Amino acid sequence: MNEEFLNTLGSIVGTATPLVIASLGETITERAGVVNLSLDGSLALAAVLGFAAAWTAQEAGVLDVPMQIALGIAVAMLVGALIALLVGFSSIKLRRDQVAVGFVLTLLAAELARFLGADFTRIPGPQITRFNIPLLEQAPILGPVFFQQNLLVYVSYLLMFGIWFWLFRTSGGLTLRAIGERPEAAYARGARVQRLRYWYTFLGGALVGLAGAAYSLNVKPGWSSPPAMQGDGWIALAIVIFGGWHPFRVVLGAYLFAALRAVSSNIQTNGMFIFGQEISFPFVLLNALPWLLMIVTLLIVSGGLTERLLQYMPRAVQHRLRAFLRSDPPKALGTRFDME
Amino acid sequence: MNPPRALAIQIAFLLLPIAISLAIGAILVIAVGRDPLEVVDALWKGAFKDSRKLGGVVNFWIPLTLVSIGLVVTFRAGLWNIGVEGQMMMGALFASWGAQYILLDESLSPLLNVILIALAALGGMFWGAVVGALKIRLGVNEIFGGVALNALVNVISIYLISGPWQPRIGGSAQGTEPFPTPALLPEFSARFPTNLFMIALVIAAFLIVMVMLNATRWGLNLKAVGANMRSALLLGVATERTSMSAFLVCGALAGIAGSYRVLFTFDNLRPLASGGIGFLGLLVVLLLSIRLLWVPLIAFAFATILTGSTRLQIALKLDSSLAGVLQGLLVLFVILFHGVQEVFFPQTLADDETAEDSVAAVSSAVKQKP
Repeated sequence: MNEEFLNTLGSIVGTATPLVIASLGETITERAGVVNLSLDGSLALAAVLGFAAAWTAQEAGVLDVPMQIALGIAVAMLVGALIALLVGFSSIKLRRDQVAVGFVLTLLAAELARFLGADFTRIPGPQITRFNIPLLEQAPILGPVFFQQNLLVYVSYLLMFGIWFWLFRTSGGLTLRAIGERPEAAYARGARVQRLRYWYTFLGGALVGLAGAAYSLNVKPGWSSPPAMQGDGWIALAIVIFGGWHPFRVVLGAYLFAALRAVSSNIQTNGMFIFGQEISFPFVLLNALPWLLMIVTLLIVSGGLTERLLQYMPRAVQHRLRAFLRSDPPKALGTRFDME
Repeated sequence: MNPPRALAIQIAFLLLPIAISLAIGAILVIAVGRDPLEVVDALWKGAFKDSRKLGGVVNFWIPLTLVSIGLVVTFRAGLWNIGVEGQMMMGALFASWGAQYILLDESLSPLLNVILIALAALGGMFWGAVVGALKIRLGVNEIFGGVALNALVNVISIYLISGPWQPRIGGSAQGTEPFPTPALLPEFSARFPTNLFMIALVIAAFLIVMVMLNATRWGLNLKAVGANMRSALLLGVATERTSMSAFLVCGALAGIAGSYRVLFTFDNLRPLASGGIGFLGLLVVLLLSIRLLWVPLIAFAFATILTGSTRLQIALKLDSSLAGVLQGLLVLFVILFHGVQEVFFPQTLADDETAEDSVAAVSSAVKQKP
């Protein structure tokens, strides 16, 4: 395989990382039965405040570079976690609709990011540096694609495996799934439903914040208005559905979106060639591709169309294909749990 | 609880969210090194300094009230029509098409105006119908369908502006050429630059929807579908058709709102011509827990903040997003305090309010239909 192609794949893995982390965070939250719809705003606010913290530390010269980055990441994670906690609190304690609160927070956080970020627009700041993983970096194909990246990318791998292991291989994960599927049953078996929902909402929100930092400290360094990640929050929410609330499939979905985006931006800068023939059409229309993909993936996984197509398949493969294509949400997703 | 105390708590819960959001707004303004009083002054002058400014407020109020009325309809049916922003934009596109290709004489301008507004309504209905079809027939949640369609119509408009509809000289992505004068909605007067026909249309829409919601079978069906889809179906309500009709009505109103942006506010088509007014409409309706009656008033308040904020940039070099921050805070705290009151002081609520909040009916919205 040629080197250029591997580099492209490597950069796709790199640019997909914020989407990966945000979708994984939302996966945890939704597995616990809470929808944090605020992603699109949370990402922006976490990104700008994380960047502002790191930049301020840099200007003040109080910390060395890795610590500036660490500070930025910590601030971003805190921002994401607090917003998520607000969604959780309003739903669990105040019995408000999660979608309504999440949506309001989406807009509010996005506007806050613009307001607070006005003084940080288009200035350079500290950035996460890449380092290769010894030994693994030399693996054929996989090395250049996956192991010549930066810390957050490696963290995203660990998160993927960690969350999968927690969800499906531990009793804590079983409880997590239970409070999102059948909270009454989980409660009857001694799970502290509300407390766990708070905890997983907080944790998921912290990961969303981390994803925000991954933008402003790495993938799209700095801050600009409109923010570079605008719309990605919604894509991450859709990826969670596409991924069927399963970490591996969610990550696959994030890579798919990033790959599509890389292809379309490549065409927009370099033009398109098929068999050496230059193909020309209004390339701005390519910006529609991620959104079309979003609709198509949701079409496939959410029922209607897939069911109708499955009718034409041989009976033997129907069941398997359905299990592969369909994705059903945690049954108690978006609902309240009352203990009485 | 004795009545005076209950009343005091009532009033406190009305004022607290406003006070807290203003306080947080003030803290933010101080944090970026400005004086909150100057901000208030700038907002006030930006909105009410003279009749021209007031005209500006009305020009935000018109589209905002239109989309908010439409959103009351979709919310009643338990639908989260986030696609309203795109429906506005599609209306703007349809009106822009007509404005450029239907060339009528100056004397026929009123007729052309009506044709263009009708076209815009069709455009909005079309885009609303796509969200509706995706939701109702194909099981794609309307929130995500709406978000994707919003983005798609923006891509389409940028393509049109930078391609087929670009100005003959100096083509860029800024906007089309100004539309021919007969297509544009006329100003009432230079001192009060707004369009009376559109104001009349807003009032008519308000009254019609009010009657339709409260005094017709259709209104009842919407409510039934919104409250409980299953039992509505069992009661014999054509749930799919009812949901679709809600999308169509909202789409039509949003489309008209979009036409106002291009045929009056800008005089041409620009990217993002809808300017976030659709999203703001969602905030207006959420603030009111889906009650139509107060929509024009709250829309006016929001339009005031929005118009006033344009002065922040000039007078104080402060980002105009402060308007959005204030509006967002206000809606957030109104929702939260409504919860506090319901959970901790249920005695102080009137009976009809203690019943499940109508927004709660939407809580299943994000779930995909199995």
